[in-house]
Amino acid sequence: MVVMKMKFPFEKRVKLAQGLWLLSWVATMAGAVTFTLGCVLKTELRRRAEVMDNTEIHVVPNTLMIVGVASLGINYFAGRICQDALDAGRFPRWKNFLKPYFAVSCFFTVLMLLSVIMSYAMKGNLESSLKIGLKNGIRFYKDTDTPGRCFQKQTMDRLQMQFQCCGNTDYTDWFEVQWISNRYLDFSCKDVKDRIKSNVDGRYLVDGVPFSCCNPSSPRPCIQYQLTNNSAHYNYEHQTEELNIFVVGCREALVSYYMGLMNTIGVGVLSVFLIQASVLVSLRYLQTAMEAVAGQENTEIETEGYLLEKGVKETIMEYLDPVFKFLMLNKVEEGEATDS
Amino acid sequence: MALLKMKFPLQRRVRLAQGLWLLSWLAVLSGAFIFCLGVYLKTELLRRAEVMDNAEIHVVPNILMLVSLASIGTNWFAGRVCQDSLDTTRFPRWKRFLMGWFAVVALLCSLLVTAVVLSYALQGRLEESLKVGLRNGIRFYRDTDVPGRCFQKETIDRLQIQLRCCGNTNYRDWFEVQWISNRYLNFTSKEVKDRVRSNVDGRYLVDGVPFSCCNPESPRPCLQYHLLDNNAHYNYEYQTESLNLYSRGCRQALVDYYMELMNTIGPGVLSVILTQITVAVSLRYLQTAVEGAMALDNPEDDSDGYLLEKNLKETIQDIKTYFLILYMRNKINLESDDADAAEKATAS
Repeated sequence: MVVMKMKFPFEKRVKLAQGLWLLSWVATMAGAVTFTLGCVLKTELRRRAEVMDNTEIHVVPNTLMIVGVASLGINYFAGRICQDALDAGRFPRWKNFLKPYFAVSCFFTVLMLLSVIMSYAMKGNLESSLKIGLKNGIRFYKDTDTPGRCFQKQTMDRLQMQFQCCGNTDYTDWFEVQWISNRYLDFSCKDVKDRIKSNVDGRYLVDGVPFSCCNPSSPRPCIQYQLTNNSAHYNYEHQTEELNIFVVGCREALVSYYMGLMNTIGVGVLSVFLIQASVLVSLRYLQTAMEAVAGQENTEIETEGYLLEKGVKETIMEYLDPVFKFLMLNKVEEGEATDS
Repeated sequence: MALLKMKFPLQRRVRLAQGLWLLSWLAVLSGAFIFCLGVYLKTELLRRAEVMDNAEIHVVPNILMLVSLASIGTNWFAGRVCQDSLDTTRFPRWKRFLMGWFAVVALLCSLLVTAVVLSYALQGRLEESLKVGLRNGIRFYRDTDVPGRCFQKETIDRLQIQLRCCGNTNYRDWFEVQWISNRYLNFTSKEVKDRVRSNVDGRYLVDGVPFSCCNPESPRPCLQYHLLDNNAHYNYEYQTESLNLYSRGCRQALVDYYMELMNTIGPGVLSVILTQITVAVSLRYLQTAVEGAMALDNPEDDSDGYLLEKNLKETIQDIKTYFLILYMRNKINLESDDADAAEKATAS
């Protein structure tokens, strides 16, 4: 039972070969575009690597880059094959090459689709990575004298200013952490001593935020300290004040930024996937149509092209058979080895 | 005695025409490139238009855009001419335009040179314009409730954050201006009343700066207020503190930014001028060589190409006599018109 049979007169075969040659060049450029998109995404992720706890999300741009490079090779061969396709003398030498070629090409094309799905599936992973990274950034904000952590303050400040966000979930995260270093606290002062005594760990906690949380769109000069104390500032009510500091948390801001980026990239990759799939389908039709011509005296007869010779299940079994045989052979050899 | 005469056999003429055709397309592309540069410069100047007092500096990108559009036209024309140059029937119709073309190209090149010179010469004017614009921005920082000025605060804040600068000349400019609006001052408080009384105009002046002056590279949380009071903060000495706020003034930051932009654009413009001059010289040689060939008995013989038919002195003399004759002719025409008018007057 043949899958998707089509008739191919000589003219149609010629047109198919020519169209496929052009399409393979378009697909090559599309593959280069995919590689570039992967590089862009990787660069953007690396820029904020300091506020990410792990690099699991990097599998998406890595896959895109691998697929981009692979598709350059796939489409190069597709172009060469269809150049030789109409020449009955040169086409047979590709015969043994085509089966593994299709297997590899299908694998990479499916991988392209998988990378787009992954970019949505890994959103939760990204979010938890950012949660931990930002928590550490806020905790080590004051350690500008500790080697290895001395840039956390600058990183957090620039991040909050650039993404117009404050804190991890929101600005109250700054209230739970001592972000003012002991080097700048006067321990002989009563206010400082009171605050430190007021909590178990002896930390100097304030209801204040760093300057980078300040919103330039606010009509009044920024209020950074004593945010929950309405009487500390004239004409101020912290429950209704919303323009003073940024209300968005940095985790949410970063996740929406990266999701936006991956959405844009996903659209591009999906169109590349469509181009690549059409190249493979056209090549398969061309191959089967030309194989029927081989050995015939009149090369201009009408032939039939199809996608799969047998049904889908049988074809999959056919491909997996050698893999199983290889595995079984290994098992049998191991069994013999243990016996003896 | 012609200026810079060269022999042009047929092959060389053909090669010259082909090379010139390619070169003219290259010149069209570089004209488009200069147009893009001009648009980019104009966009950058418009982005900061709120802190500039006048728009005199805009003459540089305007010239670049106009000249590049004109040069696209002239180079396309040059391409057409050299396409027709090897065809003796089609070449003569371009003959009349070529003199004017050379004049136009000379004008365009001089305008481009002017643009480059202006971009350096107008630096002082730009600085003045920014000085006044920034002074107003700082003055109206607090007027977030006054229509027309309500965005000054956001503009100045974002400018200081983006360009990493503070104030006009430096951060002390904020000490001389009341940048905290009266709406947020508690006039029943003793401290406020003291400050307001302490100066003639009744302004609330502080030795403090807005949050946008804060430098993220500072190891300590930003100190915004009581900047001149060493006792107000622990372990603080304002004379030696250099990382707390941005040390650069916004005027200097903006001038540096725009000068860097114009320095990058300058070499591009100069290379385009060179390309244009090369096109003009090649076209002159092609014109004279082809005209010389057309005058010969056998058009495929060698001909001479030159830049000027006579040498420089004689050419200038020729031009002078041409204009003198034109002037004399006009004078005679005017005199005869006057005589006619006088006759008519006496007759009537």
